[in-house]
Amino acid sequence: MFSLVILITAVLNGLLTGAVYALVALGLTLIYGVLHIINFAHGALLSAALFAAFFAFKLLGLDPYLAALLLAPAFFVLGYALQRLVIGPVSHGNDRNMLLVTLGLSVVIENFLLYAFRADTRTIDVPYAFQTIDLGFTFLPIPRLIGFVVVFAVALALWVFMRFTDVGKAIRAVAKEKLGAQLVGIDVAHVYAMTFGLGTACVAIAACLLIPTFYVNPTVGEAFVLIAFTIVVLGGMGSVPGALIGGLLIGVVESLSGLFFGESLGQLGIFLIFIAVLLVKPTGLFGAKA
Amino acid sequence: MKGLAPITAAVAALAAVPLVVQSNTALNFLVMTLLIALAGQGWNVLGGYGGQYSFGHAAFFGTGVYVTAILQVHYGVNAWFSFAAGIAGGAAVGALIGALTFRVGLRGSYFALVTLAFAEVLRIIASVAPITGAGVGILIKLDLRVAAFQFQSRAVFYWIILALVSISLLIAQAIERSRFGAWLIAVRENEDAAKALGVNVGRVKLGAMIVSAAITAAAGCFYAQYFLFVDSGIAYGTRTSIEALLTPIIGGVGTVFGPLLGALAVNALSEGAKLVAGDAPGLSLIVYGCVLVLVIAFAPRGLIGLVEMARLRVARSTTREAAHG
Repeated sequence: MFSLVILITAVLNGLLTGAVYALVALGLTLIYGVLHIINFAHGALLSAALFAAFFAFKLLGLDPYLAALLLAPAFFVLGYALQRLVIGPVSHGNDRNMLLVTLGLSVVIENFLLYAFRADTRTIDVPYAFQTIDLGFTFLPIPRLIGFVVVFAVALALWVFMRFTDVGKAIRAVAKEKLGAQLVGIDVAHVYAMTFGLGTACVAIAACLLIPTFYVNPTVGEAFVLIAFTIVVLGGMGSVPGALIGGLLIGVVESLSGLFFGESLGQLGIFLIFIAVLLVKPTGLFGAKA
Repeated sequence: MKGLAPITAAVAALAAVPLVVQSNTALNFLVMTLLIALAGQGWNVLGGYGGQYSFGHAAFFGTGVYVTAILQVHYGVNAWFSFAAGIAGGAAVGALIGALTFRVGLRGSYFALVTLAFAEVLRIIASVAPITGAGVGILIKLDLRVAAFQFQSRAVFYWIILALVSISLLIAQAIERSRFGAWLIAVRENEDAAKALGVNVGRVKLGAMIVSAAITAAAGCFYAQYFLFVDSGIAYGTRTSIEALLTPIIGGVGTVFGPLLGALAVNALSEGAKLVAGDAPGLSLIVYGCVLVLVIAFAPRGLIGLVEMARLRVARSTTREAAHG
């Protein structure tokens, strides 16, 4: 009975962590689904968002959950501008160039953070960081429970947005058939930038959910984004439900492999899953075609 | 043979440098430049001619580094033999990654991602495995003998790396002029069309990957001998992957001299940045990232493309003058 409780606790914790992974992956898969490129700057943007949330708390005393209301629109604008003013014009419509530009941006952002804030790891102290909820047989940390709920609220909002608004419909149209969308008068550059903005806003919200119980340093995003890559590949590139389910799945896998094999191998396990999925079924669980 | 003149001239000019320049700092700068030119030429074979953009060439560089160091330190193998084994080891890793990825037809974003992931997996393994010295790294014992591939004079190291770079230039030129090269470029331009015309796409890409990995691994082997110290961050870190792709892209992607020119530009820029802003962590990589974006924006064919464009413009204006005058 004792071991079963530990097992269930590990699975529940994995689901809570996985939800935040899923939100990072959601941004990535959204961008891939429409622009058909992997945004290699995603991790660096996550680091930047974590720093933003950190300083919002330290300098302005802004609670991370409130900061999300500010940072999400701010990062939406940042993402929009990056795509509209940098990635789009610079890459001359060539996919290989687009990849390189996002890689270049990630190098610049990450090293700018390193240059400005050094490699120190920082944390914030919020009163509720260690508060838990008693389930009778185990305790769950409240901040991560909040994170779980928010992620699903964001996913639902995103679904409604994509389903029922004109912009959402335009985004889906461009994802399906770029040329056709262009012919009926959709501004593809605008849609690309909107999508990039939405993906970046997801990252900002994820950062705000993470910061109460996590830490920030210039390279922290890199670890996350490799997990996010795995989730996106596992769930199928461009698939939103795939990102959510993949995220939860990876969270549980990481938690369980940490339980059985120790902390350091948990990451390695994720990479091995990643490579295995790419090699065996690169379309993932929910992807249409490579 | 026709067409060897540019390579011969460039190499001869570079070979004469230590006879004129005695400064260790200057020679060190040139050795580092040639080192990343070599790593970049490796990337250029696969990425430049084959269009397969790898974001994880550190996987090959690091394998060269570790094979060279481990064979010498743990198994007492001769340094020259370890060096050759390092190149072979890098080629083997290239063959493995190539066989796995090209078999299932991964390309574009997926290929970039999977190469990046392989480099990361290797880095994590190297940072915990006892044989790689885990977090501490490996120190190769100082032993200044020719048999140990260690030399008192920097000039000798310089001539060795120059010889390796010359070989890589010859390989690039040979690829450019061979049937294999034509297939490879066909794959880059349009993979499906190449396949339809009967090019064995998988095999051509795999071949390019192996040559590419071997060249970049040679840079790693040299690194180990030159610095006599390696750790997982140096060997498999993202910086190497970035430098390997940056040099050909700046110099001229898919050209023989692109990586060499790019390496000169990249190293000069990062030294310049150090002079201006001091040696702060992250600074040179900020410069690299900006240059990468700027080159793609304004000089998609690199420095060589700019030179050609300028030459064309001069030629056009002279003919116009001749016509009017």
